[in-house]
Amino acid sequence: MPLKQVFTKEEIERAITRISHEIIENNKGVKALAIIGIRTRGYVLAERIAKVINNLYGTKLDVGALDITFYRDDLSLVAEQPVIHNTEIDFDIENKNIILVDDVLYTGRTIRCALDAIIDFGRPGAIQLAVLVDRGHRELPIRADYVGKNLPTSQKELVQVKLEEIDNEDSVYIEEKQDE
Amino acid sequence: MSKKKRALWVHKDLLGLEYLSKEDIELLLDTASSFREILDRKIKKVPALRGKTVVNLFYEPSTRTRVSFEVAAKRLSADVINIAVESSSVKKGETLNDTGKNIEALKADIIVVRHNCSGAANMLGRNVNISVINAGDGWHEHPTQALLDMFTLRKKLGKLEGLNVSIVGDIAHSRVARSNIWGLTKFGANVTVCAPKMLIPPGIEKTGVKVTDNIDEALKEADAINVLRMQFERDSMEAFPSQLEYFKNFGITEDRLKKAKKDIIVMHPGPINRGVEISSGVADGQNSVILEQVTNGIAVRMAVLFWVSQVRDKDIKNEIGY
Repeated sequence: MPLKQVFTKEEIERAITRISHEIIENNKGVKALAIIGIRTRGYVLAERIAKVINNLYGTKLDVGALDITFYRDDLSLVAEQPVIHNTEIDFDIENKNIILVDDVLYTGRTIRCALDAIIDFGRPGAIQLAVLVDRGHRELPIRADYVGKNLPTSQKELVQVKLEEIDNEDSVYIEEKQDE
Repeated sequence: MSKKKRALWVHKDLLGLEYLSKEDIELLLDTASSFREILDRKIKKVPALRGKTVVNLFYEPSTRTRVSFEVAAKRLSADVINIAVESSSVKKGETLNDTGKNIEALKADIIVVRHNCSGAANMLGRNVNISVINAGDGWHEHPTQALLDMFTLRKKLGKLEGLNVSIVGDIAHSRVARSNIWGLTKFGANVTVCAPKMLIPPGIEKTGVKVTDNIDEALKEADAINVLRMQFERDSMEAFPSQLEYFKNFGITEDRLKKAKKDIIVMHPGPINRGVEISSGVADGQNSVILEQVTNGIAVRMAVLFWVSQVRDKDIKNEIGY
């Protein structure tokens, strides 16, 4: 199965740096900012963005991890059982500007779950969405505020994001889905 | 991507810890810790079981377990129906199986059953296609109680492997003891049971537990003790002349705890009988985790409700216990 690399380590790094700067510009600084990443790779990216911003501004941004399993609307439909991770948001999100981070934006259903989940923690001032890859094919009216790369794909393809902290490499691949 | 993903949970029912593997139990405990976090939120509810119906079918009086299951189901957004047997058609002679099949015909998804007969949940699970959760059957098993005990222990001490756990009280008539023994020994904990000889079931040492009728010995090396309730409505007291006599010889008191490890954990499945199996000082003291157990029980029951409703037909293994 041919894997096509569409994003290299350097490109990922640059995208994260750029997104971090855009976040600051958009929010006119770092006041009331907090970052929440969706398990598992969105959380890794959230930590990286927080690190860039902290290095630039000497801040210590709150970073949370969100598991959206219990909010999915397709639990009874998908063939495979879900894997559950812990949600760790140990700061008050009330009136914060939340940057929600995920690796791939596709149908938008994961983000819908995440929005519901975040709002169960309180009432943030705003939620903005940052993703490493936007591959299109939305099924809900959701868009990203910060995008690492727009990647035109067909629905037959799989987008695989690999990150050092989990997969021992930084890379994004496209793969043609195989018939089972 | 032909990576073959394994099914995580393969049981339609939760009948007892005897029938679960260590991995099954670990999955439940890990999931429970995800749910435990939800209980501390402002909005203590997730939509995971939206549209599902849970029926509590209780043939024995129970407040704690029934309410705990009800809270757990509601935290998962399921609809809950409680059937109090005293005011139901069981009084008119309907059998457990018929009641179960009617609940199934009403399109419920999960039956939580408490029954005074050992094996009742197994029989019901065999006869209906929807999920059955055992909330205590006779002297057989009370799996969610043992799971919440294990969850509490793991949360407090970080692990179960190698822990010394003593179970004190009426072992013979206790489903809590049996489920705890099944669960804890699967994790390599060292279990000791302690009771007057009359209340120790013959052959219990075959399950890999140590047996003693000396309370000080049971306390000496223990990292945790699980104090069982003396069951007045069952036969516990037949073996003993009086409650005071039991308290004198086996009651967990502050004096007795002084001879145990300093940070020994004291558990009790409730409801507690103060001055019978446990003194007020211990029940309310700093070693006691009795009320934490109650909170953890919700999280554990959420995990069980969640996973039995996640099982796919294709994943169900031929279960033992039927």
